[in-house]
Amino acid sequence: MTHEKKSAGLRGFSPYRFWGVLPSIEISYLPDLLMGAAGMALFYGLLVVGRTWLGPFTPEVEIRRSPLALPAYAGYSLLRITIAYVLSLAFTFVYGYIAAYNARAERFMIPLLDVLQSIPVLSFLPGVMLAMVALFPGRQLGVEAGAILLIFTGQVWNMAFSFYASLKSIPTEMREAAKVYGFSWWQRFLQMELPFSAIGLVWNSMMSVAGGWFFLMACEMFVLGSRDFRLPGLGSYLQTAASAGDTPSILWGVATMIAVIVLLDQFVWRPVIAWAEKFKVEQVESTETSRSWVLDLIRHSRALAQIRKKTVAPLGERLMLHFAHTHSGEERQKASPWKVWLLRLLLVAVLAAIGYGVVRVAMILSGIQKAELQEAGIGLGATFLRVNVALLIGALWTIPAGVAIGFQPRLARIAQPLAQIAASVPATALFPVVLLLLIRVGGGLGVGSIVLLLLGTQWYILFNVIAGAIAIPTDLKECCSVFRLEGLQRWRKLILPGIFPYLVTGLVTASGGAWNASIIAEYFHFKGQIYTTVGLGATISQATDQGNFNLLLAATMMMAATVVTINRLVWRRLYRLAETRFRLET
Amino acid sequence: MVSSTQNDAIIEAVEIEKSYPQPDGTRIQVVSQTNLSIEPGKIIALLGPSGCGKSTLLRILSGLSKPTAGMLAWHGKPLDGQTPNVAIVFQSFALFPWLTVLENVEAPLEARAVGAVERRKRALRTLDTVGLDGFETAYPKELSGGMKQRVGFARALVVEPEVLFMDEPFSALDVLTAENLRGELLELWLNKKMPTKAIFIVTHNIEEAVMLADRVIVLGRNPARIRSDLNLRLQHPRDRKSPRFLELVDYIYKVMTEPDAEHAPPDAETTAEIVLPAGGLTKDTRRKQPTVVRTTKYQMLPHARVGGIAGLIEFLHDRGGHEDLFRLAEELVMDVEDLLPIIEACVLLGFAWLKEGDVQISPQGSAFAEADIQQRKVLFRQAALEHVTILKQIDSILKRKSDHSINDEFFHDILDEHFAEDEVQRQFETAMNWGRHAEIFDYDRESGRLVQAEPPAPQDTAAESQNSATTPKA
Repeated sequence: MTHEKKSAGLRGFSPYRFWGVLPSIEISYLPDLLMGAAGMALFYGLLVVGRTWLGPFTPEVEIRRSPLALPAYAGYSLLRITIAYVLSLAFTFVYGYIAAYNARAERFMIPLLDVLQSIPVLSFLPGVMLAMVALFPGRQLGVEAGAILLIFTGQVWNMAFSFYASLKSIPTEMREAAKVYGFSWWQRFLQMELPFSAIGLVWNSMMSVAGGWFFLMACEMFVLGSRDFRLPGLGSYLQTAASAGDTPSILWGVATMIAVIVLLDQFVWRPVIAWAEKFKVEQVESTETSRSWVLDLIRHSRALAQIRKKTVAPLGERLMLHFAHTHSGEERQKASPWKVWLLRLLLVAVLAAIGYGVVRVAMILSGIQKAELQEAGIGLGATFLRVNVALLIGALWTIPAGVAIGFQPRLARIAQPLAQIAASVPATALFPVVLLLLIRVGGGLGVGSIVLLLLGTQWYILFNVIAGAIAIPTDLKECCSVFRLEGLQRWRKLILPGIFPYLVTGLVTASGGAWNASIIAEYFHFKGQIYTTVGLGATISQATDQGNFNLLLAATMMMAATVVTINRLVWRRLYRLAETRFRLET
Repeated sequence: MVSSTQNDAIIEAVEIEKSYPQPDGTRIQVVSQTNLSIEPGKIIALLGPSGCGKSTLLRILSGLSKPTAGMLAWHGKPLDGQTPNVAIVFQSFALFPWLTVLENVEAPLEARAVGAVERRKRALRTLDTVGLDGFETAYPKELSGGMKQRVGFARALVVEPEVLFMDEPFSALDVLTAENLRGELLELWLNKKMPTKAIFIVTHNIEEAVMLADRVIVLGRNPARIRSDLNLRLQHPRDRKSPRFLELVDYIYKVMTEPDAEHAPPDAETTAEIVLPAGGLTKDTRRKQPTVVRTTKYQMLPHARVGGIAGLIEFLHDRGGHEDLFRLAEELVMDVEDLLPIIEACVLLGFAWLKEGDVQISPQGSAFAEADIQQRKVLFRQAALEHVTILKQIDSILKRKSDHSINDEFFHDILDEHFAEDEVQRQFETAMNWGRHAEIFDYDRESGRLVQAEPPAPQDTAAESQNSATTPKA
């Protein structure tokens, strides 16, 4: 399973520890002032966005390269991410809930989730874009919606799985307590299910949003044949700047990107993580707790406390009582017959739609020329090699480096936050920049794309290796010293088995990411030219570009099937091995 | 046959049964046809060995889970669907760690749509009753186990349940804390400070049951059925050292360990009136029960590890080979729950036998106790191959197969036919533990294969080495 992985590597890495030692704020009007200002700024932002989105569709948005335009662009990108995230969260609740409580649905919903997670999202891009533009003709909203939907598909699956897994792991006695005391579904959700899944959701949200940036950067500037869909945003800014070879603008863009990520970390994730501390299911209080100065600020704000007391608290109370009333009134009646029929009808409709889709796909696939298929097959081999070479190179340098860092706490303290920042900068944002360098050096995309893949994936491995090295117990290390296990012996007997579970976690994530990234790494519009190499990713991109939807479909399915197969055959087994044999019992 | 058919029973279970479907379509019965009623004014204790279905019975009686057959009546009316006014105190406390003590206690009232002001008032009053004032804003993780269970009590009492169910409420606590809480519970109950009409407590601790209860029901297992039912006549406060108390504890010990034998009952006038004698239903009525549902006939291994068995045999041997069960538990500072499986294992392997609540070491047991490590392996192997069905099966299959190895799935399948899902796992684990120790086979957990092992060689006797030559190692 490739799911708990997401949190393992990040847990406890705090880049800005020094914020924690800032004196807590005693003056109480400062927080209020800040909060008020934030509210006004938010309102203005909404106005601007509304004006742009509802404005007419501009086929080619002019992307300005002035650094002054950057804050606005960053704002637009951020907004897309936010909307996509909210959608993902809503989907997560619905999907996770049904999968966890309906045994019949669970049987196909969970494998489906696994498959959906493996599908290369970027190949959805053309279909989604065209559909959305058609849905909102003449409005900028269509392109926006396309981008948002794409980010959504990129980030939703692991969140849904996390929520489902949390729901399934609620202790039986806790569930029974909720039942015997007659909780309404609302109370159960609010007081049991949501808190219980909070921590998993928070960590997976972090990972998802990081993944969201990756896709956003790619789809803000997107060419489909002769049509050019552009959205004002950080990604399009970086691509435009790189296309023009404008180094200062590139630097400004990357700096803004990093700034946004750091700010997000400070103003969203740190506070949320510190707040989620209270949802830890533990019997004893832990000594190490996350802290966030922003959260302290919010907690110290008197105005906010007042607002909460006047609005949220009474509203919550009324909701709770409302659902309690309706709950105690209901006699657990059977669903009325027409509801059952409606449900069955819906099911039949969905099945029919699926059947129709399968038939159409089969027809399309049968119409594909052999030559194309052959080319895609060769491409598959090439991309397979490329992905694995990238993984290998990544592993080769990150394992020694990660272990060295992990074994020296002082080094770890400096290196970990740096690695975290490096990892959270979306590789797609850097693609144009790296491509620019590659072209100057004179390497082809055949090798160059490996560098691009490596760029996005090595951090996952590094992260996890560091975490694994830290987790190796001191007594085992001492034991090795006592028995004079050194050099190769030490690696074979202690280090490699010790970091194995973490390494597998890192590699699974990296492998999935690399397959997905190959779609943009192997085929690139740049400075009015197309740079490409042999590969399945290139086939997908090219088919997109030429509007060859039959080939696009075939190639996408090929990639999805490959990823699913590799997951089943290799990663899942290694995962099981890691969980059983190489688990360090505490 | 029904223990008591008073009409004022709060909850009455009539011929309830519980069984679970198996993957192969058959059903495993966990609770056999049972009649039981909960009357007001009594503390009822349900005693039984671990995994016998006590908790399942509690969940049926409290309306949490539905019986497969039979009827549950609430004040004489059938209960279908709606939750009766009961509360449960859980073994694991089952508090919500993200809610404060006060919020935890308020939660059931919120569910009953009690307004904020009234809710707070009632919650604070209840917290006061259980001695938790001052801890309202604390989170459960800040509290000790005993304090947590007090919150559990408060949460249960705040809804003023007619019946208070408790599922091993003290077994997650240390001895002193448990004793203290038990005393306080009894004090609240006896002084009528509790807004509840009856208490139904599930426990495996005989002394706890005798300390608290007005009525003790002993449950047998496979499937769960009432073996014995007695009304206690001891006055409160009860003295653990008093002869009557000890007599009762000893009697229940015997009933639990040797259910089918006749035991001298305690004095009905002063100690306990026996409603249903040990052994429970008579043979006739047992035969009358419909046999639609298959019950376990396959030998069930007690969940004891070899180390525990060896330790107990040694201990017994050192005490002269004979000891009273109750005293044994006391000296080893062990719960019956933990001790019983080990004793059962010793009996099963022929190392000891039980008589009248005493354990007596057998000649084989004495030999085992005196042997050295290698010799012990041989003796254990002999005993295992002689008495343990599944190990016998494994051994003969491994001998017959050409590669002397077999997949563990095979035995899972055998066990699946006789036991419920998690019991299969426990049975398998125990069998693996014993079989590996007896060197009947090696077990590779990763590949899931059992491979015939070379039998332990006792101090190079020619006969043994010849024997092992015929069983080549795979």
